[in-house]
Amino acid sequence: MNQFQYSRPADASVAIKTLSKDQNAYFLAGGTNLIDMMKMGLVSPQKLVDINNLPLKTVSEIPGGLRIGALVSNTNLAEHPLIKQKYPLLSLAINAGASPQLRNMATLGGNMMQRTRCPYFFDLTMPCNKRVPGSGCSALGGYNRMHAIFGASDKCIAVNPSDMNVAMVALDATVHISGAKGSRTMKFADFHRLPGDHPELDNNLKKGELITAVDLPEPRFSKNVHYVKIRDRASYAFALVSAAVALEIENDTIKEARLAMGGVAHKPWRLTAVEMFLKGKPANEAVFKQAAQLVSNGAKAYEYNKFKLKMAPNAVLQGLKVASGLASA
Amino acid sequence: MKKDTIGDPMSRVDGRLKVTGGATYSGEYKVAGLTYGVLVPATITAGTITAIDTKAAERAPGVLKVITSFNALKLPGYQPTAEKPVKGLKLFNDDKVYFNGQPIALVVADTFERATYAATLVKATYQTAPFETDFHKNLDKSIVPQGGRYKDYVRGEADAYKNAPVKVEQQYLLPSEMHNPMELHVTTAFWDGDKVTIYTKSQGVKGSQRSFAAAFGIPLENVQINSRFVGGAFGSSLRTWPHEIATAQAAKMLGKPVKLTLTREQMFTLVGYRPLTIQKIGLGATPDGKLVGITHESYSQSAVYEEFTENSVNVSRFLYASPNANTRYKIVPLNVGVPAPMRGPGEATGSFALESALDELSYLLKMDPIQLRLNNYADMDPERNLPWSSKYLKECYQRGAEKIGWANRKSEPATNKDGDWLVGYGIGCGAFGAYRSASQAKLTLTPDGKINIKSATSDIGPGTATAMVLIAADVLNMPAEKITFELGNSAFPMAPTQGGSATVSSVGSAVHDVCLAFKNKMLLLAGKNQNSDEQLDYAAVLKAANLPLLEITQESKGDETAQKYSMYSFSSHFAQVYVHPLTGMIKVKKVVAVVDAGKIVNLKTASSQMIGGAVGGIGMAMTEEAVMDDRFGKLANGNFADYHVPVQADIPQIDAIFIDKPDPIINPIGTKGIGEISLIGVAAAIANAVYNATGKRIRELPITPDKLI
Repeated sequence: MNQFQYSRPADASVAIKTLSKDQNAYFLAGGTNLIDMMKMGLVSPQKLVDINNLPLKTVSEIPGGLRIGALVSNTNLAEHPLIKQKYPLLSLAINAGASPQLRNMATLGGNMMQRTRCPYFFDLTMPCNKRVPGSGCSALGGYNRMHAIFGASDKCIAVNPSDMNVAMVALDATVHISGAKGSRTMKFADFHRLPGDHPELDNNLKKGELITAVDLPEPRFSKNVHYVKIRDRASYAFALVSAAVALEIENDTIKEARLAMGGVAHKPWRLTAVEMFLKGKPANEAVFKQAAQLVSNGAKAYEYNKFKLKMAPNAVLQGLKVASGLASA
Repeated sequence: MKKDTIGDPMSRVDGRLKVTGGATYSGEYKVAGLTYGVLVPATITAGTITAIDTKAAERAPGVLKVITSFNALKLPGYQPTAEKPVKGLKLFNDDKVYFNGQPIALVVADTFERATYAATLVKATYQTAPFETDFHKNLDKSIVPQGGRYKDYVRGEADAYKNAPVKVEQQYLLPSEMHNPMELHVTTAFWDGDKVTIYTKSQGVKGSQRSFAAAFGIPLENVQINSRFVGGAFGSSLRTWPHEIATAQAAKMLGKPVKLTLTREQMFTLVGYRPLTIQKIGLGATPDGKLVGITHESYSQSAVYEEFTENSVNVSRFLYASPNANTRYKIVPLNVGVPAPMRGPGEATGSFALESALDELSYLLKMDPIQLRLNNYADMDPERNLPWSSKYLKECYQRGAEKIGWANRKSEPATNKDGDWLVGYGIGCGAFGAYRSASQAKLTLTPDGKINIKSATSDIGPGTATAMVLIAADVLNMPAEKITFELGNSAFPMAPTQGGSATVSSVGSAVHDVCLAFKNKMLLLAGKNQNSDEQLDYAAVLKAANLPLLEITQESKGDETAQKYSMYSFSSHFAQVYVHPLTGMIKVKKVVAVVDAGKIVNLKTASSQMIGGAVGGIGMAMTEEAVMDDRFGKLANGNFADYHVPVQADIPQIDAIFIDKPDPIINPIGTKGIGEISLIGVAAAIANAVYNATGKRIRELPITPDKLI
C-alpha cells in the first residue's frame, strides 16, 4: 500500500513549512481532485497536509473590494449575498461548474489548483508531457475535441477546466500567496501559465507556497453580466467553450468591458483586444457581432476541435447579448 | 363481481426494501472468510504474454494468490476437447491478448484495498502483434457472420429504390454505447467439495448455472446461482462473463470464498456495449408517398475472438408495406471486447436509421411524416406474409400527435421560434418481437392462507415480482398482500433469461397457469365444479382436507397457433426540442411515448419502464459516445466523467401512453412486452425534431452542440 503521513495543522506557517521541506507533500483542501488522482495512481503523496483547520474560510469587505479566504467552499462563495449582489458573474460561473455535491466540498484555492481533464493526462498508460515531462503529447494527434485553441504549444494542448477561474480573470481578481519567505500577491490573470516548454507546471505557485485569499476589486460589473457555458449535457460536464462577459453600460454606451473564456486555453483566456474594441461603442447587436468576429483571431484548432473556432465567437456574442439585455439566458 | 386487478397501478412489492437499503444485492452477502479479487488489465491491444512477474504482488501485504495463465487451474470447459466448449474469451487459459484491458491476472487478497494495490505491482512482458481497432479503416474487411441467419434478404427486387421518382440514399452512424448500470458487475463464489455457490449480477440464473457447470465440467445441480436483486443491467448480464468464471476458479484454487467487483472503468471494457454501427439506407417512393423500395445495410463492430450479431436491419423488412425490400448485415471484427445486446438491441440501432431516412423522405415529398407512415401502413407482416396477432400503431400515431401538440409543428424547418430558440417536433417509430418461452412456476399454499410463488426468473428493474403478484392476485381473486413471489434462484423452477421483453409474457403465463391449476385443485378438494367462479377460503379448504400445505408446479408455453401470426410490440415516440442557434445547445422539452404492447399488467411500473427507456433514448440521441483512440487501441473516454449519460437536467417531462388492448394470441394475459420498445424509436424522434427545428440533419449520433452551430 502507498503509505502516507497525514497532518492537520491549525497554523499556516506549519503547513507551509511541511510542504517546503518535503518534495512529495501536498496540501489537501476539499479533496475533490487530489483524492481522485491518488486513487488513479497519478500522484502518490508521502505527506498530506490537511489545511481545513486554517482560518481561511471568510468572505469580508476590505477597502476597495472584497477578500475571499482560500478555503471558502464553492457553494458558500456562489451563494454569498455580497457575491450575488456585487459580483454576480462569479456566482453564475461557479454554479455552472461540477455538481452541487462537488461544489459543497471544493474550495476557492482548490478550484484554482485543479488539474486539466485531458484524457491522456489521466491515463497512466499513455504519453503525456504534463504527467511525465518529455514523454510526448498524446492529445496532439489524438482525441482533442476538448482541447485548446489559444496559447498551446507542441508540448501540450490541454485546457484549464475551471469555470470559476474564468470569472475571476474577467473580474480582475488578485491572489494572495504565503510562502516560507513571506507573502506576495499576483494578478489572477498571471496565476495560471501557458504550457510552453513546461506543461508540467499549471501555475506560477512555487513549491511550498499556499494560496491564502483572493481579492476582488471594487465592484463595477454588478448588472450587465453573463456566463455562457456550452457543454455536452445540461450539468456535470466540462465546457466545450465558455465565456464570462461583464459590461459597464451608461446611456447605451459601453464604458468598460471584461471578457474571458474557458475551455479554450491552458489558462483562463482574457480577450483584451475584444474588450478594447467594445470600449466606447454603443451596446447593440451590430457592434457585438463585430466584436465576436475578433474572438478567434490567433486561434489554432486541431483535428477534433475545429468547431471551437466558431463556437467561441458564438459564445461571446450570446454572452454580450444576454449581459446587455438584448437576449434572455 | 370479480374485480380486474391486472392493470391497476401498484407500487413495487420490494420497493420499501430497495429504498431502505434492506435489499441485498450480489455484492453485499457477508460470507465468512471472504477474500477479494482485483483484475489486472493488459496494457497492449494484441499479442502474446511472454512472462508475468508476480513476485512483488505476491509479497505485498495480505495477498493470497495471483492467478495468471501460467498457474491457473485448467478448466475442463475451456479445453477444445470439452463436450460443450465455452464460447468466447477464456480468461487465464492461454497467453493471447485480443484487446486492450483484457484481464491478464487476478490478484486475491484479504481486503479489496490490498488487492487493488497489489494489482498495480503485477508486471507483464509481451510480444506485441499488429492490431486493428479502427472501424472505418476496416469497413472493407466486413464479413457475413457465421450461420445462416444473416444472409442477404430480398423481397421483390433488390435496390428498387434507385429507380423510384423520389429517393433518399443516406448513411447513418451510431457510436458505441455502454450499458453502465448503476450497480457494478460483482460476483462472489465459494466451493463446498465439488459444489459451488455463486452470488452474481445475472439476468438469468438458469443460464448462469449452465455456464458455470459447463466451464467447470460439473453437473448443473452442483451449481447454485443467486441473483435476487439486480441494480440494472440493460443486457450486460444476459451472459456469464469470463471474469465471473474466473472468480469461481480463484475460489476453487484458494479454497476460500472470493468476491470480484469490476471497477467503473472496467465496466467500459469487460461487459459489452452497443456496437459502433454504420447503416446505409435507400428509400424510394412515388410522388404521392407510396414506398417503392427499402434497402437497409448495416455494418457493426465485433470482436476478433467472438462474433456478436444483432437485428439492426430486420425492422426494414416488416415495418412498412413496401413491395420491394432488401437488407444486408455484416460485421467488422476488431481488437476490442465483444459487444453485448443493449436495451432494444439492434432494433434501436436500425430504427434510428430507418426512421431518420423516412423523415428525410417526408421533407422531399413535402408530406407530413405521420401521413407518410399512414400511406405505407403494413396491415399484415410483409416479411412473413402473416397477419399480425395485434397491431394498433395507427392509434399510437394519433394519440401521440395529440399529446405532443403535433398541430403546432411547422412543415418548413427552422421557421418555428420561441424567443431566440428554434422549436421542432419529430416522430420515430419502433417495433420489437413479442416473444414467449416455456416457463415454470411453483405455487405453495400455507395454512395461514398465504400464497407463495417461485420461478427462476430475474428482476433487473422492471418490477418482475410486482407484476407476478398482480397476475396471481387477478387469477386467484385474492388481495395482493397475501401473495409473495420469489425469483433469482437457480433452484427454483425453470424460467428463461430476462431479455427480449418477454418476462411477463413467459413467466407471467406460468404464474397465470399455475394459479388456474391451483384454483381447480382447490375446487376439487372442496368438491366443487371445475372452473367455477366460486370464491373459496383456501386456508379452510386446506384444513378440511387435513393437508399441511399444498404445492403445485406448472409449465406454460405457447402452442402452434402462434406460428400463424406475426407478433410484435409497436411504439411511436414523439419529441419536442428547442435548439439555440448560437450556442447549439439542445433542450428536449417533451417526450411522448405511445405503445401498443398488449395488456399492461401494472400501469405504474410500466410507466416507469417507458420513462427509463426514453431516458436511454435521449442518451443515445444526445450524449453517449465511446471514443476509441486507434493509435493505442484504447478508449479515450472510458469513465463516467468523460462518457456522458444524461443527467436529470437533460430529462424533460416524459408521458407514457398505453393503448392497453390485449393481444388475443400470444399468451393468456394478452401482454406483449415493453422493455425494448420503450427505447426503440426515441433517438430518431429527437434527431427528426432537431431537423424540424434547425434544418440540420444530423446523421451521426450523438447530437452535440458542436454539430448544430
